Amino acid sequence: MAQMTMIEAIKDAMRVELERDENVLLFGEDVGHVGGVFRATEGLQKQFGEDRVFDTPLAESGIGGLALGLGIQGFRPIAEIQFIGFIFEVMDSIAAQASRMRYRSGGKYNSPITFRTPFGGGVHAPELHTDSLEGLMMQTPGIKVVVPSNPYDAKGLLISAIRDNDPVFFMEHLKLYRSFRGEVPEGEYTVPIGKANVVREGSDVTIITYGAMVHTSLKAAEELEKQGVQAEVIDLRTLMPLDIETIVESVKKTNRAIVVQEAQKTSGAAAEIMAQINEKAILHLEAPVIRVAAPDTVVAFGQIEKEWLPNEKKVIAGVNQVINF
Amino acid sequence: MDNVSVMEKANYEVRTNKVMPLSILSLDGKVNEDLLPDLSDDQLRELMRRMVFTRTWDQRAISLQRQGRLGFYAPVSGQEASMIGSEFALNKEDFVCPGYRDMPQIVWHGLPMYQAFLYSKGHQHGGEIPEDVNVLMPQIIIGAQIVQSAGVAMGLKKRGKKNVVITYTGDGGSSQGDFYEGMNFAGAFKLPVIFVVQNNGYAISTPSSKQTAAETIAQKGLAAGIKSVQVDGMDVLAMYKAVQDAAERGRNGEGATLIEAITYRFGPHSMSGDDPTKYRTKDEESEWVLKDPIVRFRQYLEAKDLWTEEDETKTIEEAKQTVADQIKKAESTAKMTIPGLIDSMFESTPSHLEEQKKAYLEKEGN
Ligand SMILES: Cc1ncc(C[n+]2csc(CCOP(=O)(O)OP(=O)(O)O)c2C)c(N)n1
Ligand SMILES: [Mg+2]
Repeated sequence: MAQMTMIEAIKDAMRVELERDENVLLFGEDVGHVGGVFRATEGLQKQFGEDRVFDTPLAESGIGGLALGLGIQGFRPIAEIQFIGFIFEVMDSIAAQASRMRYRSGGKYNSPITFRTPFGGGVHAPELHTDSLEGLMMQTPGIKVVVPSNPYDAKGLLISAIRDNDPVFFMEHLKLYRSFRGEVPEGEYTVPIGKANVVREGSDVTIITYGAMVHTSLKAAEELEKQGVQAEVIDLRTLMPLDIETIVESVKKTNRAIVVQEAQKTSGAAAEIMAQINEKAILHLEAPVIRVAAPDTVVAFGQIEKEWLPNEKKVIAGVNQVINF
Repeated sequence: MDNVSVMEKANYEVRTNKVMPLSILSLDGKVNEDLLPDLSDDQLRELMRRMVFTRTWDQRAISLQRQGRLGFYAPVSGQEASMIGSEFALNKEDFVCPGYRDMPQIVWHGLPMYQAFLYSKGHQHGGEIPEDVNVLMPQIIIGAQIVQSAGVAMGLKKRGKKNVVITYTGDGGSSQGDFYEGMNFAGAFKLPVIFVVQNNGYAISTPSSKQTAAETIAQKGLAAGIKSVQVDGMDVLAMYKAVQDAAERGRNGEGATLIEAITYRFGPHSMSGDDPTKYRTKDEESEWVLKDPIVRFRQYLEAKDLWTEEDETKTIEEAKQTVADQIKKAESTAKMTIPGLIDSMFESTPSHLEEQKKAYLEKEGN
């Protein structure tokens, strides 16, 4: 097996699918000739030609509409939105159009679109480049939301997303792009959308998280072990649909849970997860579920980015809070 | 359609004319006297001083960014004429809505330079725009500044002010829906907006030939019913004149203008890993260097005895000193804080945020 960074794994997934299915198209701003501002698509235009991998004019709404129209024509578009903050410009296509194409056409048409976008803090990107907007997407019926935390999952989940006949919002954490390598099988394989992964087993508390916070939480879990606390860590991998079974199963075992998200605290993924735990497992809890999240402000993209983002220390404090309840 | 008669000659296709960009200053520093804007010797010298100053500032900013002392930075060299020439034609009460590359315009319009540095570093004080400075901070969302300009202009008009709004975007930005919407609103409401598209040939790596099938970006304004012109953006006198004319029309209630400035950025798109050799040729770059706005203007001023080598050296030194002082000031500004950030979200901080602030302060106190 090859050792790949997450961005290499993402590129590999697109290569595999472009090769396998001629209906797969890949486009966005700067994705063709130079292969993307992060080089996630480098070499793909050369390999598959300008007909299938191409640069678009600078217009996110145009990119979204193009993807939607191509989907109606039986193509399988991978549309890159260069940075997550620009999805507001294409929100109509995603949230008001692609999400309801199946419903509005009585199933005649669908939107087999993968919207890929980098997001996530800790890399000193400018404002409106790193926001965690998964909560917005989760609140949009008809959109699946996927957030991989490692190269293996990224490739397998992206292949699943491309093959999915419904729109998938695929979020690629900037900090994970090149920070480490992992084993990635050659060729095709899938990681199913909607299935969480228990990345660390433990009996005292469940840490439910996704994206870069998986790594933060794993480090916190190691520290906690030194204190004698066995934390179970769940990498959700997919936020919509949410694998609530895996969460509930774990909570029934540990009786305590915290949710860790990089996003601002209010009304996001964590809020939804807490609500569902409340609905499905409240009688198994020894303490209220809490969330470790960023403050409800704009992203602090500069000087205090590090302080603003959730970190290991805050996760440990969160765990201690539910343990000592 | 009340007078339908037999058409004599089929002439129902809408066409645009071929245009030549407005150019006043030749490559060897000669001028077209008929088109020359009315500028005093002092104003001519000041234009030159600002361009030379800005280039040095740009070079210093690039090295500060490399040293990790600045955050995001989009280099400006090559575009000094379109940036400085356009801003110079405005009054202090006119309003500037810039894109991310347009830091020089807002600093020359009054924003203290150290605040530009703080903004780049992600410090919120960077964006605390002084009361008497009529600008917005550089827009990150390409196109947003264009629609907003229509609103600012309508506000000025409703208040009976004789001021105009200038907004900037690039060739890439001219593809955004917001670009059309902004111009269309300005046309429909006859608003005093000057839309400047600095066409530097590329949107990051994407050449302008891939942005549009239109022969010019200027012609896009025609569809919105606003006056539309194309200008040599490497010619500071042409840029000044185009904006001065547009501002005069705006002030007289004659509406908006679109100015397409043909220019080039000598450097990379930004300092965040862009490599122009991946999408531009050396030949193309050297061709544009021959049009360097500063070299051209210097020749003209030297021939008029308005600019000397000494002036040049003095300006460069002054720029270096200013940048050094201003970065020092930025670096010695008290660090931004999470409670401060929380308090800057609303006029009065709601209780859930008060709670988050308190939780933060308690943890810090430990
Ligand atoms: C809405 C939006 N989409 C994409 C981007 C990312 N982006 C930043 S600069 C840029 C290219 C802009 O090119 P152009 O308008 O020609 O201006 P230039 O950089 O050449 O001055 C892109 C795609 C953005 N900032 N905002
Ligand atoms: Mg450009």
